[in-house]
Amino acid sequence: MSSNTRAVALRCRGLVKRYGQVVAVDGLDLEVSRGECFGLLGPNGAGKTTTIEILEGLLDKDAGEVEVLGQGWARDGQRLRERIGIQLQETQLNDKLTVEETLRLFRSFYREGPSIQELIDIIELDAKRSSRVGKLSGGQRQRLAVACALAGRPDVLFLDEPTTGLDPQSRRQLWAVFGRFREAGGTILITTHYMEEAETLCDRVAIVDRGRIISVGTPASLIASLGAGHIVEFAVEEGSAPADEALRRLPGVRDVRHEGGAVLLIADAPHHTVPALLGELDRGRARLARLTTHSATLEDVFVALTGRHLRDE
Amino acid sequence: MSDAARPSPLVQLTLVRIREYTREPEALFWAFVFPVLMALGLGVAFRSPANPPIRVGIDTRARGETVRATLEGTPGFEVRDVAPERVEAALRDGEVHIVVAPGDPPVYRFDPTRAESRLARLAVDDALQRADGRADRWAARDERVVSPGSRYIDWLVPGLLGMNIMATSLWGVSFSIVQTRVRKLLKRLVATPMRRGDFLASQLVGRLIFLVPETATLLVFSWLVFGVRIRGSLGLVAALCVLGAVSSAGLALLVAARAKTVEAVSGLLNLVMLPMWVLSGVFFSSANFPAAMQPFIKALPLTAMNDAVRAVMLEGASLGGITLEAGILIAWAVASFGLALRLFRWL
Repeated sequence: MSSNTRAVALRCRGLVKRYGQVVAVDGLDLEVSRGECFGLLGPNGAGKTTTIEILEGLLDKDAGEVEVLGQGWARDGQRLRERIGIQLQETQLNDKLTVEETLRLFRSFYREGPSIQELIDIIELDAKRSSRVGKLSGGQRQRLAVACALAGRPDVLFLDEPTTGLDPQSRRQLWAVFGRFREAGGTILITTHYMEEAETLCDRVAIVDRGRIISVGTPASLIASLGAGHIVEFAVEEGSAPADEALRRLPGVRDVRHEGGAVLLIADAPHHTVPALLGELDRGRARLARLTTHSATLEDVFVALTGRHLRDE
Repeated sequence: MSDAARPSPLVQLTLVRIREYTREPEALFWAFVFPVLMALGLGVAFRSPANPPIRVGIDTRARGETVRATLEGTPGFEVRDVAPERVEAALRDGEVHIVVAPGDPPVYRFDPTRAESRLARLAVDDALQRADGRADRWAARDERVVSPGSRYIDWLVPGLLGMNIMATSLWGVSFSIVQTRVRKLLKRLVATPMRRGDFLASQLVGRLIFLVPETATLLVFSWLVFGVRIRGSLGLVAALCVLGAVSSAGLALLVAARAKTVEAVSGLLNLVMLPMWVLSGVFFSSANFPAAMQPFIKALPLTAMNDAVRAVMLEGASLGGITLEAGILIAWAVASFGLALRLFRWL
């Protein structure tokens, strides 16, 4: 692996992909450095999977430039496949094979890579090596899928919603596997709609909406762009909420936003903001239906940028 | 791991096919047990015993002890009583071939459109006339000829063999491919450096490996139970089985080339197979179809397969006697593989 961490691992310029009338990716620019863990964050249908599959060489682009490890898919496809590892969102591995048999199959496709035992150790699945894939839990199956992606000792690992639907413990086990890959100098491009995942794993995050990147930065810098680190959210049951100008004058409030029936105060000192807010509501004879506070997350960044939630279920 | 220790992708992919197959009990039933049950069932139903008895009914209305005694005393007859109101039904259902009403002269009731009824009338008449004193003016010398391989079961087994080879290849290969595609596993495999040719070759190699026990089971079973023998070269039968399996695998690849769902591939398979089950002479001779259809029927791969295997097994034909059929099978294999590779949907 190259020791030059400044080198570019992945690059897209003006990437466009259409499906009939639908524009899935609409002029997307992206640059990921070697050794970096880069997250694509966005709601379903934002174009994350399409982007990642074009980078993986599985989809053709309609326009734009794509470079992976300094090479292009058209010319260097076979060589690139030796150097990247892929976990697809919907792959079902063969239920009738055992863990070890599955790994042996994937390992056979690559010229170089870890031994079967090393792969099993990486995903900590030694106890299940002779179990059929059909008998594994969701988390174990996903770890196996990641081990298949690591079978060629790749320089770049593509992960498309790797922990969707998993319980928190399984999620942490997978994060540990990704962490070990990064320690060895690997580059990761990951799509997710879990904020915690992006904040834990990613050096930088790109927020994707409607086929474009609307903001890029470290998770901390994106959250800081809100202007304050906390969110006070409330809704009133009776009477009317105070006017935005009044709310903006409350101590510690940096910004006011509306979402559905709720009001969001972006604040840097909730312990000052909340008592003042209650006083303000009292004066207006409004009764609270709900009041919560939390530290600002990437979700709030997304809401601030688009006025919508990442997951609209 | 060094390059030398790296396992071959083709071997690994073929092992996957073998594991998929042997870990699927239903597939094993259809490939091994079903053809044997077919051979057993049809072989027993249509067996040709040396001397099938002639079943004679005696009309119970008339008293005819001498007629009964005569017929019972003659070998080859099976005599039973038939009540007058049952006569028609007994004849219609084949319970008896003829009903004799004793008297002077006796009355024979039989259905002249049925061969066994006409035979029964001749035999019964002959036995009763002789008992009444008729003498033969001379006795002919009989020469009995029973040609081996002329029974229905001898004719049936090659057809079952061809049908089984075609069915297992078509279902096995096309289902495996479509399932891999439906589960997005094909997409995942294509994302690795796997050579696409290795994936397709593993389907063919896996099929040829299973061909050996599948065909051997049917041939050995029908030899042990029914004495069905191969008059020609066993090697030639084996070569035809391989050729049949390869051209069926080509068809399977074509059927599975673009199908996106298991339902779609099932429909296509029925469309391909059912006409051949009927037309290609599996259970009854394709000569039953009008002459105008014969060129089309002869061009079907299963017809070529069945005709060639029958020629070798029943008549002892050599390669020279089956060149047309072998050519048809090769043409199907080349055309279907060629077209399938052009149409194949990898992603």
